[in-house]
Amino acid sequence: MQRVGVFVCWCGSNIAGTVDVQAVSDALKNEPGVVFSTNYQYMCSQAGQDIIKNAIAEYKLTGIVVCSCSPRMHEATFRKTAAAAGLNPYMVEIANIREQCSWVHKDILTGTEKAIILGKAAVAKVNLNAPLTPGETPVTKRALVIGGGIAGIQTALDIADAGFPVDIVEKNPTIGGKMAQLDKTFPTLDCAACILTPKMVDVAQNENIRIFSFSEVAKIKGFVGNFDVTIKKKARYVKEELCTGCGACTEKCPMKKVPNEFNLGMDTRSAIYIPFAQAVPKVARIDPDACNMLKKGKCGICSKVCAAGAIDYTQKDQYIEEKYGAIVVATGFNPISMDKFDEFAYSQSKDVITSLEFERLTNAAGPTAGKLLRPSDHKHPHTIVFVQCVGSRCDSCAEKGKEYCSKICCMYTAKHAMLTRDKYPDTEVYVFYIDVRTPGKNFDEFYRRAVEEYGVKYIKGMVGKVTPEGDKLKVQASDLLANRQLQIDADLVVLAAAIEPDKSARPLATMLTASMDTNDFFTEAHPKLRPVESPTAGVFLSGACQGPKDIPETVSQAGAAASKVIGLLAKDKLTGNPCVAHSDEMMCNGCSTCERVCPYGAITYEDKEFRMPDRTTKIRRVASVNPAVCQGCGACTVACPSGAMDLKGFASAQIMAEVDAICK
Amino acid sequence: MKVSYFPGCTLKNKAKDLDAYAYKSAAALGVTLEEIENWQCCGGVFTTARDEVATKLSSVRALKEAADKDQPLITVCSACHNVIKQTNHAMQTDKEFANKVNRYMACEKSYAGEAQVYHYLEMLRDLVGFDTIKAKVTNALKGKKIAAYYGCLLLRPNRVMQMDDPENPTIMEDFIKAIGATPVVYAKRNECCGAYIAMESPALAEKSSNAIVQNAKAAGAEMIITACPLCRYNLIKNGADIPVVYFTELLAEALGVKEDTNE
Amino acid sequence: MNNQNLKEEILRMSGVHPEKCMRCGKCSGTCPAYSEMEYHPHQFVSMVDNGEIEPLLNSESLYKCLSCFACIERCPRGVEPAKLVEAIRLIAIRRQGANHMTANDVPALLDADIPQQAIVSAFRKYSK
Repeated sequence: MQRVGVFVCWCGSNIAGTVDVQAVSDALKNEPGVVFSTNYQYMCSQAGQDIIKNAIAEYKLTGIVVCSCSPRMHEATFRKTAAAAGLNPYMVEIANIREQCSWVHKDILTGTEKAIILGKAAVAKVNLNAPLTPGETPVTKRALVIGGGIAGIQTALDIADAGFPVDIVEKNPTIGGKMAQLDKTFPTLDCAACILTPKMVDVAQNENIRIFSFSEVAKIKGFVGNFDVTIKKKARYVKEELCTGCGACTEKCPMKKVPNEFNLGMDTRSAIYIPFAQAVPKVARIDPDACNMLKKGKCGICSKVCAAGAIDYTQKDQYIEEKYGAIVVATGFNPISMDKFDEFAYSQSKDVITSLEFERLTNAAGPTAGKLLRPSDHKHPHTIVFVQCVGSRCDSCAEKGKEYCSKICCMYTAKHAMLTRDKYPDTEVYVFYIDVRTPGKNFDEFYRRAVEEYGVKYIKGMVGKVTPEGDKLKVQASDLLANRQLQIDADLVVLAAAIEPDKSARPLATMLTASMDTNDFFTEAHPKLRPVESPTAGVFLSGACQGPKDIPETVSQAGAAASKVIGLLAKDKLTGNPCVAHSDEMMCNGCSTCERVCPYGAITYEDKEFRMPDRTTKIRRVASVNPAVCQGCGACTVACPSGAMDLKGFASAQIMAEVDAICK
Repeated sequence: MKVSYFPGCTLKNKAKDLDAYAYKSAAALGVTLEEIENWQCCGGVFTTARDEVATKLSSVRALKEAADKDQPLITVCSACHNVIKQTNHAMQTDKEFANKVNRYMACEKSYAGEAQVYHYLEMLRDLVGFDTIKAKVTNALKGKKIAAYYGCLLLRPNRVMQMDDPENPTIMEDFIKAIGATPVVYAKRNECCGAYIAMESPALAEKSSNAIVQNAKAAGAEMIITACPLCRYNLIKNGADIPVVYFTELLAEALGVKEDTNE
Repeated sequence: MNNQNLKEEILRMSGVHPEKCMRCGKCSGTCPAYSEMEYHPHQFVSMVDNGEIEPLLNSESLYKCLSCFACIERCPRGVEPAKLVEAIRLIAIRRQGANHMTANDVPALLDADIPQQAIVSAFRKYSK
């Protein structure tokens, strides 16, 4: 029989406000095995922990129950307390009477009754607990960064700088991401390329970094410290190791009319192309949907002009398997489609563009060589209307758009408006805003400069309809402060489209078993205290895949994610979780069900010799769990038809005891 | 195919063409329009207030008859369509309202929005198929640049109407292509002509209608088609200098049945 | 009825939640009758929310709304201002003798082509 101690925490008034803590500790005193029961204001404080330690010594406790907050919060704390007092840490059970009780109940009687029941369940369980000792697993000292935008680049550079090898997997032919498409960056107006491309070169030259460009993650197995990842290197029909990036092929390619995705379709490229001049790696790629040789077997010009002999029309997708200790997700964002917002006539006029398209129109390397010319007739626009919050901050019942604020639009729109007025003072610039949100260092000052020094007309209100007519865009909008409706004949309308996570994020989250929110942003382990870690151990988050972010914030988070990775890779061994599955060989019937359901590949079957009651021996096929690989998810225990599989620390008997205690 | 048909007040009076060509074209496409018995005027506009019951009963009666016959209910006039479809939606989603209606009507079987309501254009798209129409066109309106005028009632509120993308609809453009003509896309095609404000502030109707016609013409339209008698009235009344015709008339023309006499 | 009761009545009739409004003004930016209105769609929302009903009840703006639902369709918050206009208009014309248009008014408004639909619609909107 265990000697159990019960410790009920008030959590200030968090628990004590809706749960009679004295009644709980009194009631649990009478439960089987309980020899001591008390309550205290803050059980997690030093004084509270001392109460636990002293009681363990004084009452010779063999198990303790702490009725407090969620085990996610303080289970580790109390396990350490128990260990310090010489008790095996797995003899600690937490009854969550805060998140699952006091916070959800308003009535003290109901709250108290439920807290007692939860406490009884924990006592029933701890009576069946057995001391457990965690094993250790080695750490593969290599990190994988998925996504090669500024987030992935910064994370990779920081990890590499600490001396660990890093691989970047980038789905596009070059790294650089969205930042490579930008013109200037707020609030200091550095040219994006000037500050990004040196980092891209650093990545390429860093001995610790390998770039898998035009590649995707195909499969992920394993767990923290020991991920097995399959990378699909998509066929680019150019041998990466031979191509010098000279560009002769792109000049001679006869298929020149392919929409250029780097310039968002506002100009064209050839079928064989290098995305942009500073691409890393600077290696050509053949677009199989546009190439005559690949489609019809006729042409082959690029192969003839390539002095390096790098063209390979027969190239196939390649699969590479690699081991990693940590994985960083840096899959980034995209502007949402404007399909559902045609009141702004995006589909009807070339001169209604998104802000990202505006970046390309003002970028020296863009389709107009940096001259602000409207796409329809290449004339200089004299009246420009910027519309903020297109698809952001929409209520779910509006059935289109996103509920969140996209965060970056206020600042980039101020930048666009300011730069336009700076370069083309004869241009009238209107910005329609709902709120101007500029909480960042030197951000509000930046916005005010646009208004006060550059004469940008900020109007509180929203555009209701854009009507293209002749060569004008008739903009109808409200000016709420003046309480009037405006009709503006504009030459160019720029929509600040909401941003959303890249579409590759959802399937990746499934492979990683990492959680996402309803908007497909990756969820952090704790929104305040663990913002760059996924709840899945060994998976870290960098940049806009976790939520809308500007460049300064992305770079900070990228560095933070890198430091977490470095902290993990610096360890030689990880302490495992002892709550793993194990199979009772005498009950196992060798059916393989558990092997099939195990998401971690932790279960194998082996033929084993058993001595039978009649003294003969028999070879039987039985399941065997690798405790270093098992994550204790319990899938096998419910799948096993013969009841042979059980989970240490969460044995079927323990769970049934809890259920009995609750239902009694 | 037999369907229930709700013509509405105007189609038996000022908009007889809209009705007559709807019948002729349907017949040519193998659809029999069975007029709802003793149908009553829908009221022209849907009252969004949830406590308005009496004004919605005529729609419920038509809906119920179609549901009892297990036929889709077809409307042609945009206004009737809007009123009937919104009423049906209210019967499906607003229990309190539906209870009041059912208690008032005191029918054996209560009605809960079971009928399927199709606008004639939706019938062409979803029940007949634009490809079928294309195949049956004998007199393709080749080269004609036609602007589809949706107005407000066909598309909004989209949550209820569910006809098409309310900001970038294509059903009428697809219809225009099916009869061999060329659609002209213009932004004002889903803006209001002024509707009944013609009775209250004719100047507002004039301003709204003018802006629509001007926008269609600027986009190159030689003709405007509509499904709504009031839209047509407002556009013509306010000086449209290109023809504004009912879509059913063009359909009958393309199918070669325009001159047929009604049986 | 006092303003609070009136407000509750309006919200019940319309099913609108004015507190969802984020004051973006898109309703008024898209309204085709804006220039004819004393109070604009966004003001209907904020005034109802503030319980300022009387000025709206007495305003000609009630009879300028076209029920075109553009404000309803384009509101990013799903607020549906036109339903507020409708509810307040009904409260106004349901009062005895408060019809905005009577049968006697109609003949003068007609011409040879006006469709029946216009008459029934106007009648439904403007009189009880």
